Amino acid sequence: MSIQVRNISKRYGSFAAVKNVSLEVKEGELVALLGPSGSGKTTLLRIIAGLEQPDSGTILLNDQDATSHSAAKRRVGFVFQHYALFRHMNVSENIAFGLNVQSRGTRLAKSEIKDRVQQLLQLVQLESLANRYPTQLSGGQRQRVALARALAVQPSVLLLDEPFGALDAKVRKDLRRWLRRLHDEIHVTSVLVTHDQEEALEVADRVAIMNAGQVEQVGSPEEVYDHPTTPFVFDFLGNVNLFHGRVESGRANLGPLEVTAPDNAAQWNGPAFGYVRPHDLEITRQSQDSQATIEARVTQISAAGPRTKVELKRSDNGSLIEAEITKARYQELALCAGDLVFVKPLSIRLFAGSPPA
Amino acid sequence: MSASVTFARTIPAVRSKPASGVVRLILIGAALLYIGFFLVLPLAAVFVQAFEKGAQAYLAAVSDKETLSAIRLTLLACAIAVPLNLLFGLAASWAITKFNFRGKNLLVTLVDLPLAVSPVVSGLIYVLVFGLHGWFGKWLDDHDVRIIFAVPGIVLATMFVTFPFIARELIPFMQSQGKEEEEAAAVLGASGWKIFFKITLPNIKWSLLYGVILASSRAVGEFGAVSVVSGHIRGQTNTLPLHVEILYNEYNFTAAFAAASLLTLLAVITLIAKKIVEWKTEKQIAASEAQEYV
Amino acid sequence: MPSIFGKRSSSVPGFGLSLGFALTYLSLIVLIPLSAVFFKSASMGWAHFWDAATTPRVLASYRLTFGASLAAAGINAVAGLLVGWVLARYDFPGKRVVDAVVDLPFALPTAVAGIALTSLYVGNGWIGHFLQPHGIEVAFKPAGIVLALSFVGFPFVVRSVQPVLEDLDKGLEEAAASLGATPWQTFRRVIFPSVLPALLTGVALAFARALGEYGSVIFIAGNMPMRTEITSLLIISKLEQYDYAGATAIAVVMLVMSFLLLLGINLLQARIRKYQEVEF
Repeated sequence: MSIQVRNISKRYGSFAAVKNVSLEVKEGELVALLGPSGSGKTTLLRIIAGLEQPDSGTILLNDQDATSHSAAKRRVGFVFQHYALFRHMNVSENIAFGLNVQSRGTRLAKSEIKDRVQQLLQLVQLESLANRYPTQLSGGQRQRVALARALAVQPSVLLLDEPFGALDAKVRKDLRRWLRRLHDEIHVTSVLVTHDQEEALEVADRVAIMNAGQVEQVGSPEEVYDHPTTPFVFDFLGNVNLFHGRVESGRANLGPLEVTAPDNAAQWNGPAFGYVRPHDLEITRQSQDSQATIEARVTQISAAGPRTKVELKRSDNGSLIEAEITKARYQELALCAGDLVFVKPLSIRLFAGSPPA
Repeated sequence: MSASVTFARTIPAVRSKPASGVVRLILIGAALLYIGFFLVLPLAAVFVQAFEKGAQAYLAAVSDKETLSAIRLTLLACAIAVPLNLLFGLAASWAITKFNFRGKNLLVTLVDLPLAVSPVVSGLIYVLVFGLHGWFGKWLDDHDVRIIFAVPGIVLATMFVTFPFIARELIPFMQSQGKEEEEAAAVLGASGWKIFFKITLPNIKWSLLYGVILASSRAVGEFGAVSVVSGHIRGQTNTLPLHVEILYNEYNFTAAFAAASLLTLLAVITLIAKKIVEWKTEKQIAASEAQEYV
Repeated sequence: MPSIFGKRSSSVPGFGLSLGFALTYLSLIVLIPLSAVFFKSASMGWAHFWDAATTPRVLASYRLTFGASLAAAGINAVAGLLVGWVLARYDFPGKRVVDAVVDLPFALPTAVAGIALTSLYVGNGWIGHFLQPHGIEVAFKPAGIVLALSFVGFPFVVRSVQPVLEDLDKGLEEAAASLGATPWQTFRRVIFPSVLPALLTGVALAFARALGEYGSVIFIAGNMPMRTEITSLLIISKLEQYDYAGATAIAVVMLVMSFLLLLGINLLQARIRKYQEVEF
């Protein structure tokens, strides 16, 4: 089932949670709604689910207008951040709930319900815990029960609201991979809300980045990371170094750096800023071209881990730069704290105006 | 007016700080003395005086026709007032804790209103509405319906004074439970009633029971409000507390205390039941809190 | 769906039914009957109302009721704090029983409390016969009224201070001790101020309850007009004489007083909540 979000808006009092958002989720896709808290992603998800009513706009499920349908009618599966398991029912009863409350006409036979529950327990690998109660389960187990419960009624859409948010890092990673494998297996159209970019980029087919109630960019994980279209997206995904400056007559002056402005900025005259990823910074002992390098002093080196993080302080204005170099390069340079070196950006993304606060 | 007294149902923190031993003993002693003298002594007095003339006299007093009739009326008022207030409590707490709407806080305040009204005034208001000179007085008289100075009046007054008890227990408890389970059930396709009976009710059963215990205890023991609306007609419009008053004013002390002893026994049972339910809810809260960090 | 209550979350069903029933029931049982008191007194006209509400006998009852309730609240402030303190901070055999017994005045019907207390304190009662030779009379005197009101108000104070004392941060006391404070100083300067708002709330609740108390008082009071007649009893006397106007006028005064009192208590509790939130 495909999902079409068209011009959805929602306010709470004077706070605009979702501002005129449009989005499409193709059949069988897993889309992640990624953004900081307050970006409106959970509100949007709940509107798709039918748990909130939008002020304006429409939701189409499989090309049918579902905007006025109640949550129960939409046949969506919803997984809550805090599981929302029924605490007085055991695991099997929780999973079977959606099947047990169906009206007489459509309800499955008891034996069929039992079979389906068994299948789902196998799917989420919790067969041995069928009779346990939620308070007797770990966080990761509870979330798997919540997922099984949502899948039991065979929804055409699966909506997950920060499903791994309440779990610790290792469990999160494991469940994340497990969710991806599950999706590959059953191909149900899914929307995942998360504030964890690693999660979104790893799990989703496409990522929609939200900020302050609006969608900043939608694309595959590679697309949004390598080709961010707005400063927010650039800054939100991964780390950035910020360089202030101006663009004039086709040349961009960012502090000591001078670069040719890209074609579409040829006509711009005014303040500008550049974003550079830490791994796009090269460190050298000597400067070949004073217009392409910045002098800086090494303040901190973090050599534990696969890559070496070097923090430097610019000589001209004292602001900090974060660079990431390979271990080999680090050893080659024999860097120490206090060394005076030159930093050369290999790729700068230029934006007009002032950087976001 | 949600002025509230929270009953000490919190999980007791680790305590017993090592204050100077003497001070501690003096304070404990003083407290026990006050409680014993001031609370337990009256309790004992009731039973001692009830049995002063021996067990025979006691049984005779307790099984007296008018006493039995008073017991019946008391139970009847309780049996009507408490379930109706239970329905109200469930409806009000459902509306208040699962939804947001303008005037929600006002509603919560209004629920507490009867607590601010003194018992005598609680009875007076029904006299003003249903009494002979009240709003509906003439109409009721024409149709030969008696509310004041008859059983319906007693039931109404009882309903008024026990009105807030169940709602006041349920609202904060359901508030703390949130509405996620109900939402999950809704998304899974359950209808409103199914959600209520299968999800909500099992989760609130101890709070509900506590509220019912409080309301019933108050319903049985209400004196002032019922005194105003009752006709004090022996054998007909006397509840047990009113019956106690009549016996006492006739200097029939043994019988008065015998009847009072029944009420006292009920009060003691109420206290025990309350403690048990408190203990059970403590366990429930502790269990869910302990698992929060897994 | 347009509604005067504004937009509401539609995630869970049953809003209309639950709110509708609740409001209807509330109006029929509470709001409309209560309004009868105000309508009746409005129909009396101000002059008549004022006369009825301020006859010497009525004023005497106000003085007595107010004074006795205040005295009882004062007694409970001390006794309630003491018992609340002991229950919150010490362990001793039988503590659970004592904790349960504290609620006795809540659970015991007021009439039973009334006759029990009276029987104890009359001239030939268990306690009365100790006091009488010394010329101390409790029953049928204002002192008896204060006694009965102390009985019914007791649990309010205990249950208000007990949770606060239980939740008190041990760190504060330990810090005070490490800075050289004696236990008494710690109590006076650190603990007491923290528990004061809760204490005031409990005392105010006990006071409010005492103002309207009827059953536990009328047996032990003498019920003599101008001397030992509480306001509640006066209302009933007026009713028995079919002076509905008079009874209503007094009732309005009582209602306004308790509403104001409870408003004050609410504000106090709101202030407490704000104070506690700032602590971190």
